[in-house]
Amino acid sequence: MTRWRRSSQARNTHLGPLFNAALPLLATLAALAVGALLLLLLNANPLEAYAAMLQGAFGNPNALAETLVKATPLLLVGVGICIAFRGGVINIGGEGQYIAGALLATVFALHAPAWPTWLLITVAVLFAFLGGAIWGGIAGALKAYLNVNEILSTIMLNQIAVQAMNFLLSGALIDPLQAAADSQIPQTERFAVLFDLPRLVPTRLHIGALIAVLVAVLGYVLLWRTSLGYRIRAVGINPHASRYAGIRVERYIVLALLLSGAFAGMAGGIQVLGVSHRMLTDGSATGFTGSVGFNGIVAALFGGLHPLGTIPASVLFGGLLVGANQLQRTLQVPTALVPTLNGLVVIFVVSSEIWKRRRARMQSIPGNEPDRAVPEDEPAKAALQANETDSPDGRIIEVEDDL
Amino acid sequence: MISDLFTLQVLVGMLTSGIRLATPYLYAGLGETLSQRSGVLNLGVDGQMLMGAFAGFYVVFKTGNLGLGLVAAIAVGAAMGLAMAFISVTLRAEQGISGIGVYLFGLGLSELLFQQLIGTVETISGFRPVAIPVLSSIPIVGPILFNHNILVYGAFLLVPVAWFVLNKTTFGLNIRAVGENPAAADSLGVSVARVRYATVTLGGALSGIAGASLSIAVLNVFQHNLTNSLGFIAVALVYFGGWRPWGLLAGALIFSMVNALQVWVQTLGIPVPAEIAVMMPYVLTIVVLAASVQRVRPPSALTKPFVREG
Repeated sequence: MTRWRRSSQARNTHLGPLFNAALPLLATLAALAVGALLLLLLNANPLEAYAAMLQGAFGNPNALAETLVKATPLLLVGVGICIAFRGGVINIGGEGQYIAGALLATVFALHAPAWPTWLLITVAVLFAFLGGAIWGGIAGALKAYLNVNEILSTIMLNQIAVQAMNFLLSGALIDPLQAAADSQIPQTERFAVLFDLPRLVPTRLHIGALIAVLVAVLGYVLLWRTSLGYRIRAVGINPHASRYAGIRVERYIVLALLLSGAFAGMAGGIQVLGVSHRMLTDGSATGFTGSVGFNGIVAALFGGLHPLGTIPASVLFGGLLVGANQLQRTLQVPTALVPTLNGLVVIFVVSSEIWKRRRARMQSIPGNEPDRAVPEDEPAKAALQANETDSPDGRIIEVEDDL
Repeated sequence: MISDLFTLQVLVGMLTSGIRLATPYLYAGLGETLSQRSGVLNLGVDGQMLMGAFAGFYVVFKTGNLGLGLVAAIAVGAAMGLAMAFISVTLRAEQGISGIGVYLFGLGLSELLFQQLIGTVETISGFRPVAIPVLSSIPIVGPILFNHNILVYGAFLLVPVAWFVLNKTTFGLNIRAVGENPAAADSLGVSVARVRYATVTLGGALSGIAGASLSIAVLNVFQHNLTNSLGFIAVALVYFGGWRPWGLLAGALIFSMVNALQVWVQTLGIPVPAEIAVMMPYVLTIVVLAASVQRVRPPSALTKPFVREG
């Protein structure tokens, strides 16, 4: 980097917080601009298309409720992603963990004792939490103790979860009516009404949305207000230094993936209890999950890998999902626009980090630190960049600041 | 019933389809091997494969020209690779996550284009098996190895080629240097960026062929999410193979043989639940990764962007 650029950026550091907050927005605008080009290629007027999406997602109370219903699992998965990524592990097993959670909740719901409804729901959600925790924990243990890359193991575990779901839903858990019929649709019977999550307003919006917000707050407290979270983040920023400081790195790698999976599992459980009231499969992962394991990553990244930031981000991406349906109805643009846009958002958000890091490097130069309140979320982002100490970006200085 | 598996005819059939099924893993995995040896983890392979598969299929569907379809797949794959190179090398973005972005983009765009340009599931006539004279008439070995379509032969020939390039050429030396110690390579005048651009773009092109091998040679259809995460498996096989072409070949063969076995088990009606059978290759991959991963060390600079100091 040339010297003049350094000094010109140094002058701009008072704009720092604003700049950091605006980056994901700018990145999204860039993604939307590329999306507009795509829409033009698809013979749709981009302005009309985006207006239709906005209308479809937020245009009336029903649309808004539907958006929040879609945002709920995104938020839960997203909070888990924040924990994993802050802990320096890349969890792309959200799909499998979501399925594992839904499966355990389903098993409980189909074999439940005669308890009061609040207890039934609580235990079912705990089962979902447990299912996701097991599925994430396996990947964590494989990484921590057998050095198996978590990206690979979570991908494999996704596939295994899908097959386990298909196996159980067409066998042990199948709706007796379907088992007797010729159709043999792989689905369970509808859960007892006692398991229906209470509705908030007369729409499909259920109490899961509130649970998700609560989980996001808890996720924030966990990461930034407990020693457990402190250690998870320390391991994420620098495993070697953490080990040197006496932290049992392996344990926190397992915990980060386990908790991450647990929240994804909870998302799966809340989805079956609150929306579908049964579990069903079309044989594929996305058929059941709607790619929430991947979309949750998008929401978390957009939310700055911060559980609270993930709240508005998941509403936005929930809106994108609902809006895309409207777009298909009115302008016949396929809903496949959603993964395309999501992919672009991820690419642009992650790529724009380079400007943030440049700024962080500026501030780490002695005598050039006008604003130390800024980089709360800086070190872990940098930690994502590389888990090693020998990177040239002057991150170590940032680390002291945060810990 | 189990004994049905061990008739000669079934064994030959199983091994033949095992060889055929290894094709996409070999193309995508060899490309990924080169790119990881240069220090770039490209997790967008599956998205690049989907785009290549669609491009190849679409061109063949419109023109009937298989060669043209293959060229289109290579071009689209290379373009996706170039994009990944720009993101990971020039913008120095976190590679694992940006790869997921590339994957989602490819997944969405291939489906979007498919809906817009074709709309329904159509079949085409793809590359046909070419029996190699003399060799294909050797009993047992002939039908297993020497009666495949041209993309299958290409995939297996590419293994020694990749080995040679990586270990016996200057370009290969540069790739390994850049992946192990980019600062040292840089100080000797090797352009880290240029080498990584080359490997990641080449990897994209090979992913394009991998996708096309499904859409215009093996399955001869295109549909939503045609690859079904096959590209991710290819990335896993690169680790499995210890970042070496021959290791990748072994991994791809084991994985696809187990897959072929699984298909035959179902075809013969052996009472193993289909889902459990389909699960087996994935379970096996985890087990083998757990057992073998410490054998070889990954390239030192893998996932680390290079910034010149000073």
